[in-house]
Amino acid sequence: MASIITVPSSGLPALETYAKSSWWHRAWPILAVTALALVFAAGILSYGNPVPIDSPGYWIIVQSRLTALGTIAFVAVSQALATVLFHTATNNRILTPSILGFDALYVLTQTALVFVFGASASSLEGIPKILAQSALMVLFATLLYGWLFSGKRQNLHLLLLVGVVLGIGFGSVSTLMQRLLTPSEFDVLSARLFGSISKGNPEYLPFAAAIVGAILVFVWLRRRTYDVVSLGRDVAIGLGVNYRREVRTILILVAVLVSVAVTMVGPMTFFGFLVATLTYQFARGDSHAEKIPLAIAIGMATLLGATFVLKHVFAAAGLVTVIIEFAGGILFLVVLLRKGMR
Amino acid sequence: MSTLASTVEEPPRLKQRWWPLATAILVVASLLVASIAIGVYDITADDFGGELVWITRVPRTLALVLAGAALATSGLVMQMLTQNRFVDATTSGTTEWAALGLLLSALLLPDLGLVGKMVVASCFAFVGAMLFMLILNRVVIRTTLVVPLIGIMLGAVVSAATTFIAAQFNLLQMLGTWFMGSFTAVTRGRYEVLWVVAIVTLLVFLLADRITVAGLGKDVATSVGLNYRAILYSGTALVAIAAGVTVVVVGFLPLLGLVVPNIVSMIRGDHVRANLPWVALGGIALVTVCDIIGRVIIRPFEVPVSMVLGLVGAVVFITLLLRRQRG
Repeated sequence: MASIITVPSSGLPALETYAKSSWWHRAWPILAVTALALVFAAGILSYGNPVPIDSPGYWIIVQSRLTALGTIAFVAVSQALATVLFHTATNNRILTPSILGFDALYVLTQTALVFVFGASASSLEGIPKILAQSALMVLFATLLYGWLFSGKRQNLHLLLLVGVVLGIGFGSVSTLMQRLLTPSEFDVLSARLFGSISKGNPEYLPFAAAIVGAILVFVWLRRRTYDVVSLGRDVAIGLGVNYRREVRTILILVAVLVSVAVTMVGPMTFFGFLVATLTYQFARGDSHAEKIPLAIAIGMATLLGATFVLKHVFAAAGLVTVIIEFAGGILFLVVLLRKGMR
Repeated sequence: MSTLASTVEEPPRLKQRWWPLATAILVVASLLVASIAIGVYDITADDFGGELVWITRVPRTLALVLAGAALATSGLVMQMLTQNRFVDATTSGTTEWAALGLLLSALLLPDLGLVGKMVVASCFAFVGAMLFMLILNRVVIRTTLVVPLIGIMLGAVVSAATTFIAAQFNLLQMLGTWFMGSFTAVTRGRYEVLWVVAIVTLLVFLLADRITVAGLGKDVATSVGLNYRAILYSGTALVAIAAGVTVVVVGFLPLLGLVVPNIVSMIRGDHVRANLPWVALGGIALVTVCDIIGRVIIRPFEVPVSMVLGLVGAVVFITLLLRRQRG
């Protein structure tokens, strides 16, 4: 059923060719990008290791690099998945959670918690605290964005502009509150907020793996429903999908995914957009069964590739996010301008 | 041009009511007095207090006046020139270009004085603003909302480039301090260059009518005998100078030029030249209030005015957007 409904909407292959196209035809971009990602991963692990391979130090370095690799993997998966899902829920391909200020919202909720409860409340480390904080973020995001995307406010540009400005506003409030924190509280907060790829915290990895893994399985099981949701509100309701519930579920999942990604490496506004746009460029069809793996592979390849090239070719490992922001920002402008011209 | 000016003359009814403006001037003046009076050091305590007023308090207050008036009026100019209510130096990426210019001039021409840096920053701001308008001209369907969106994204891309360059030269931390809009460091000897923007504000007042006509669009403006290009370029140049100079002296002051003109025209309607003094006063009032809040909220420390402005500006901006959508 899904393969009939998910006919590409934008002049991609026509219905018959799509139906006739072989499994291989749809799968090879995914496999190619995955292979590319694996090459970069191997490169990051082994290239330029200062210690000879037969000494024990070699494996210590490889192990520490594995942590970075794991961080990258989870950020790539969660950003890619979050963006594709968000596009499904909002039924367009320009809005992404980060551009709409989800990241900034996460930073804001974290800051607000430390601001209200002080360093003592936040020093209760561990899973319960992380869960509580994520719950607050999820609640806030569902209310706010649920309100923005419900009912009559369907003007795409208005939503986008409101989201962008909300993001700026969240940023201002967070910075304002951070200024008001005591130094010890600020330390607690910044330890929670500002990760980076080079120093990913191995403690978070199992936790992130569990969350992202569970969401991935959940989404995969519901991929056909999401195919229907992506056709838009009216069609989806007509086909018997509980549209409101599905959209709300997606928004919650997106909020969780974004908070995982931001906790691991900090906000990246245009990364998700870059990944999703490339995905739609290379995907043969429109089904989630195809888009999700491809988006994850592209996200991995982009982030791993950027890390590898910057670390080993330009010796500027700290700039990965900046470069991706730059490329993604330009791509966003191009897409926006082309949409505007039509 | 004189005939044109007389046709756009404000109706006599407006001229007679001088007292609202006078009241507004009084309110702003009392805000400024408050700004001078507020501070950690008790200026009435000893002899040094009197001297301190002239070293920091008065320069700071003057800087607030100059920056507030210039950014608010240049926001109005940009809104006329782009025919869009949601455009100002912040939402067109112009300030980000100025920041890039400042960074490059600090890196490549370290011997350049403050004035030289401002010239470079203003030139970059001009290029950025023109690029923005060029892009707008190429977009056929420019809905009200897509225009500021393009500007904000353009600004994000430019500021990613700035961050990249700063990171290469280990200037990231300095970058944060430079561009954090704040009047904390404004003292005697460090603000005087801001008088340049007073000239900008004055020129905006003089060109107001022509800019209004240019705001009707190229065809209309040309058909009533206006040199459209000349006004477009000089208006953009004024905006660029205001953006460049304020970025160099005080840093980013987000959304100021957007919020003030919109509120003024919501209250008073769309008569540009009659609104100009109100816009200038409103800009001064908003910056001063935000600065006072920033100074009082965590005494004896300070919150940079840009954060307060960013918060206030975002709230007002979104309210305006949603209101407009409903109406």
